[in-house]
Amino acid sequence: MAMAASSRLFWASRAAAYLRISTFPRAFSTVLKDLKYADTHEWVKVEGDSATVGITDHAQDHLGDVVFVELPEVGSSVSQGNNFGAVESVKATSDVNSPVSGEVVEVNEKLSEEPGLVNASPYDKGWIIKVKLSDSGELNSLMDDEKYSKFCEEEDKH
Amino acid sequence: MAAAGLTRATSAARPLMRLVTMSGVPVLQQLHLEERLLRTTGDNWCIINDGTAPPTIVMGVSGRVSELVEIQPVLRDQVPIVRRFSGGGTVIVDQGTVFVTFICNKAAVTGLQPFPRDIMTWSGQLYGKVFDGFGEFHLRENGRLKQHHVSTLSISIFKYLWFMSTSIMLTAMYYSARKHTDFLCRMKEYMPSRSFFTDGVIAALGEQFSVEPTDIETVLSDDDDDEFVPSTKMLSEQDLEGIASSKESLIRV
Repeated sequence: MAMAASSRLFWASRAAAYLRISTFPRAFSTVLKDLKYADTHEWVKVEGDSATVGITDHAQDHLGDVVFVELPEVGSSVSQGNNFGAVESVKATSDVNSPVSGEVVEVNEKLSEEPGLVNASPYDKGWIIKVKLSDSGELNSLMDDEKYSKFCEEEDKH
Repeated sequence: MAAAGLTRATSAARPLMRLVTMSGVPVLQQLHLEERLLRTTGDNWCIINDGTAPPTIVMGVSGRVSELVEIQPVLRDQVPIVRRFSGGGTVIVDQGTVFVTFICNKAAVTGLQPFPRDIMTWSGQLYGKVFDGFGEFHLRENGRLKQHHVSTLSISIFKYLWFMSTSIMLTAMYYSARKHTDFLCRMKEYMPSRSFFTDGVIAALGEQFSVEPTDIETVLSDDDDDEFVPSTKMLSEQDLEGIASSKESLIRV
């Protein structure tokens, strides 16, 4: 049994490395490498001067089933640390704060009809906005996947 | 995830909780005050409004009017509808409603993450102390209590602050097609008086916070933020007539 368990763990960690996800012992939330994270549980994926923003797996898990996503207007400005929209679940409404500053160039219209994408696919189909960055230096103040994982662990410890 | 407990803090360690108590304030004015306190201060607040007038329908931020309210009777009886800035369900409130709202920063409750589960657990423990000895009242998700439904709940999270508003119906009405009479009850049948309830909330808070009563006029006069515009709004007759005449149930006003 012990050998089977350790073998499963070995293959699980190999799979995690291949899929570029971090795993940590006690939590069930997924954290992706190559993304940056805010301490208000939003993620950002940067490609050149374009960034995609959403809420993390930790956040969607704690919020519950999402029933409504309030999206900003395309063309509006967002600034780091300030709210640009909201996610409403069956339990609560939560501001979504932008990890970066810039101009909103696209919003995920699918969330109007399928808000549950935020739960089912928080890092992929559940993305919320795309931003043209105005200051890439702001990324330095965000957490990488390891730091964010530890941050979530610390929060969940209490 | 371990929930934060409602433990008695030493007086030296208790964070400050500013308390505003009101009576009969219109719910729109109450919500504007709450939204302003939430958005422009970083303090912990408890706002109690004992009864409100006129009777008003209050909806959450994303509620669709056409799905939740019978518009024709509302227009006929001129019942105001307010869409608040926070989430949660739809309810009609009146003189029989007691509102208790908490606005707390991240440091207010040790170990409490600003997420619904922790907030619900903390508030459930607080109300458990208030209702102790008065029957089977336990705050549950969406304000449904075991056997009796006496409240509605709205939780919102704003960066490092969380907001929880509970409207306790001492006598309750629902202005909708749904029938709730099977499980509604009157709180007054269980508690000796309204002040017993509100005093109980303040006493329970005092075990965890250093409660500082604050006059509402002082709050408003201290407010230098003239640029703040609340998003809570009352729906106009034109808004409602537009919804009533439109076949588009997706219109959100």
